Amino acid sequence: MSEATISNPSSGGAPKISKISEAVIRIAGNSQDGIQAIGGFLARLAGRSEQEVMTFMTIPATISGGASIFQVRIGSGEVLSAGDEADVLLAFYQHSYEGHLSSVKKGGMVVYDSDHVTPNPEFEKDYRHIGLPISSRTVEAIGGTAKDKGKNIFTLGLLAKMFDLNVPKIEKLIHERFTGKDESIVKNALAAFHAGYSFSVGHLYETFQFIDAKQKDRPQIVMNGNEALGLGLIAAGVRFGAGYPITPWSDIMELLRRELPKYGGMFIQCEDEIASISMAIGAGYAGKVAVTGSSGPGISLKTEALGWAIMAEVPLIVVDVQRGGPSTGMPTNVEQSDLNIACYGGHGDSPRVVIAPANVEDCFYMAIEAVNIAKKYNVPVIIITDQAIATRIEAFEEPNLEKVCQDISPDLTPVADYKPYDLSTPDGYNPRVVPGTRIMSGKYPIATGLEHDEYGHPTGSPQLHMKMNAKRRKKLQALANEIVPPKVYGPSEGNVLLVGWGSTEGPIREAVDRARAAGDSVSSLHIRHISPLPNGLEEVFAGFNHVFVVEMNDEGLYGYGQLGGLLRSRYCDPKIRGLTKTDGLTFKVKEILDRAKGTIATGIRKL
Amino acid sequence: MSNPITETPARASILAAPAVPTLGEERKGLTKKEVAADHPTWCPGCGDFSVLALYFKLIEKRKLWHEKITTVAGIGCSSRFPYFVQAHGAHYIHGRALPFASGISLSRPDLHLFVFGGDGDAFSIGGNHVNHTARKNIKMSYLIMDNWVYGLTKKQTSPTSPLGFKSKTDIWGAVDQPINPMKQLISAGATFVARTTTTNVNHLLQMMEQAMDHDGFSVIECFSECVEFYEGAFDASNPRKGGKFELVPETHDVTDEMAAYKLADEPFPGKFGVFYKVNRPTKNALEQNIICKAREKVGAKKDWETLQATFNRLK
Repeated sequence: MSEATISNPSSGGAPKISKISEAVIRIAGNSQDGIQAIGGFLARLAGRSEQEVMTFMTIPATISGGASIFQVRIGSGEVLSAGDEADVLLAFYQHSYEGHLSSVKKGGMVVYDSDHVTPNPEFEKDYRHIGLPISSRTVEAIGGTAKDKGKNIFTLGLLAKMFDLNVPKIEKLIHERFTGKDESIVKNALAAFHAGYSFSVGHLYETFQFIDAKQKDRPQIVMNGNEALGLGLIAAGVRFGAGYPITPWSDIMELLRRELPKYGGMFIQCEDEIASISMAIGAGYAGKVAVTGSSGPGISLKTEALGWAIMAEVPLIVVDVQRGGPSTGMPTNVEQSDLNIACYGGHGDSPRVVIAPANVEDCFYMAIEAVNIAKKYNVPVIIITDQAIATRIEAFEEPNLEKVCQDISPDLTPVADYKPYDLSTPDGYNPRVVPGTRIMSGKYPIATGLEHDEYGHPTGSPQLHMKMNAKRRKKLQALANEIVPPKVYGPSEGNVLLVGWGSTEGPIREAVDRARAAGDSVSSLHIRHISPLPNGLEEVFAGFNHVFVVEMNDEGLYGYGQLGGLLRSRYCDPKIRGLTKTDGLTFKVKEILDRAKGTIATGIRKL
Repeated sequence: MSNPITETPARASILAAPAVPTLGEERKGLTKKEVAADHPTWCPGCGDFSVLALYFKLIEKRKLWHEKITTVAGIGCSSRFPYFVQAHGAHYIHGRALPFASGISLSRPDLHLFVFGGDGDAFSIGGNHVNHTARKNIKMSYLIMDNWVYGLTKKQTSPTSPLGFKSKTDIWGAVDQPINPMKQLISAGATFVARTTTTNVNHLLQMMEQAMDHDGFSVIECFSECVEFYEGAFDASNPRKGGKFELVPETHDVTDEMAAYKLADEPFPGKFGVFYKVNRPTKNALEQNIICKAREKVGAKKDWETLQATFNRLK
């Protein structure tokens, strides 16, 4: 809740109503408490109310139990990150209370379950405390043997009261969520919700009301990054995929397995990562643009086959939902440390395309772009996202599906002759002719991992190897010419340029806004096409004294992260420096600004 | 969003000249001349030549069309196969030809799909893929040219090398128990398992035809001598070299799994023919069934309308 709009707590009398433009709510409990469900309801409600929303969650790597949080930021204006500090903390347990109090803004509100939490008097001066017997009241409301299952929905009722949320809309959401289940489940959920909603009267001494959001042109939809990516692939015309389960990629494969049959397609669960990519490449060879995907370790396993697809020039989509590495690493935490393997992973010279969506909406559209690049240039495209973007929920303008959905079925019209590796094309690529296509010259192509001549037959000729290497490189240079360079956020000249990629776009932009509001000269540039890079970035860098590459990976042996290293090798510009971290959490706005300022002020790495 | 790359170039520039025959026409069987491509790189006397010659014969006899044949292989001497066949084909990476071929089989049921490989591909680096392709019963024919040795890399022990075989990696003789291919294939769930040898070409052709006609994952283990690194390995199965070639008895019930294991347990040279053959729904059919049911629910909606229905639930 922005400072300007918050009012002082009134004492006694009816709860006071304050108008607010945004709120950050953190719900802390255990993973089986269903707190993700509350977050999901709030996010969906915000989307339907034309508000902006962004969520952030952590889950333990264990199957059951373990601390878990869900943070949701709802705003009537632009919401760029999940928020550095919470306005309201809902704590279910003592450990939730103690562990997350520090994430609450001074003067913020702590609502705790008095059945489980004993507040610390020391904190009561800094935070407004409201203790409610959430567990026992839930049991009372639902009755029966459910114990305190349903306290998440009870809590949703509390929040609905506190923020004056639209009750009929929430009731509708509850109905939709539990539709198809036992009627008693819906009844219990509604009972818990209303118990929470009415219970709060008289206990909350202040309630809030969001100011109306600006009317949007199209309705908003609400989903997480994994959903947006999976549905984007379907819109792009992808009808075949293969994969192996691994967190946090599995959601995409589950979605495609469930949804593709509706479109006449299929997604195959394979025995391992190598079989998965091989099956997808097989389907790609046969005329589809197929998808496989994984996270960290699985991507390592796929790299030999990826090299074949590059050599044989077969289209392919590989999704890498990054998590903390190396090895099994931090499976449920966010990191951006797979950029190197995405760009360079594999033996030999193996140019491939790497693109990185910047937010949930971008996951949808970049999936379509990836498919079109793969099909046009006969090349594997790696879509690199991360755990944070995969699981965070955002609301965005509904795409015009009639316009964006496409059919990419193979063309089997007979051809006169076909050279799969034609060296005479100016940009190194030509449309593929796939099995099932009659070739009137009687000369049929072989797709191969051996260095080959124009028809795909093996050759040991050094000249051909050099020409084919150049062909595989040239087509990506042609692609680079097609990519529209990213726009600088903020003035195109100044002191500091923050460069980012992937899920960090929001906090970086918010950092720019905050710094500029304080009078600092800061702009940002978000790179969505990592390999090949768009043309002209050197001109952007020339406009600034300092370029910080903000990324969630280690600073490496030489002091800059993975994109930082790539940009330095590409532009030989020593003012490009790293601003990195690997604590497994998304960047806070404050972290970015403090780190950038600290580096410049202390001059640790002088120009 | 900015800059989606949309247009993909049309195929117009390479479209066929005038007389493009329509599909569905009658065509003569392709002759060896029409279907042979590169000259094989195999050593003179290699057993693999027979398999290639009989593949040509199969294509001619069964009147398969160029464009409908897809030949796939992994890595090894035998896996050079696709280069020698004038048809669509792919030479994939070591051990992974089966999942690659599965991608073709499942997405393009209109093609005749043949996979060729050696014992290293099938039982060493790609062992687990054999198990899973068999268990899923993905429709394709897989011919394993088993020579009991790594030939392309010049005589190392293979997973089927018999105990005591002297190779560059076992100079004192192989010490590891060899795989029994037939037992492994049957237990993995392959629905057609046959055994043959390159020295009996009629039998080899019969097995290839039966494998092709089988609706499911059909596997043939075919002994194919490496004259360079394991000369005489299969003499005991070759009547011309004093051995004996015995067929699976006519009384053998091919659907009897235990009887098949018994056959597979016989010491070399054992019996030749179909050990095991059952009908089980293919992965191809099971997936089509899932698709049909899903499409029934969707009704006459266009794809974008189906997606719209999903989006409506995300509002």
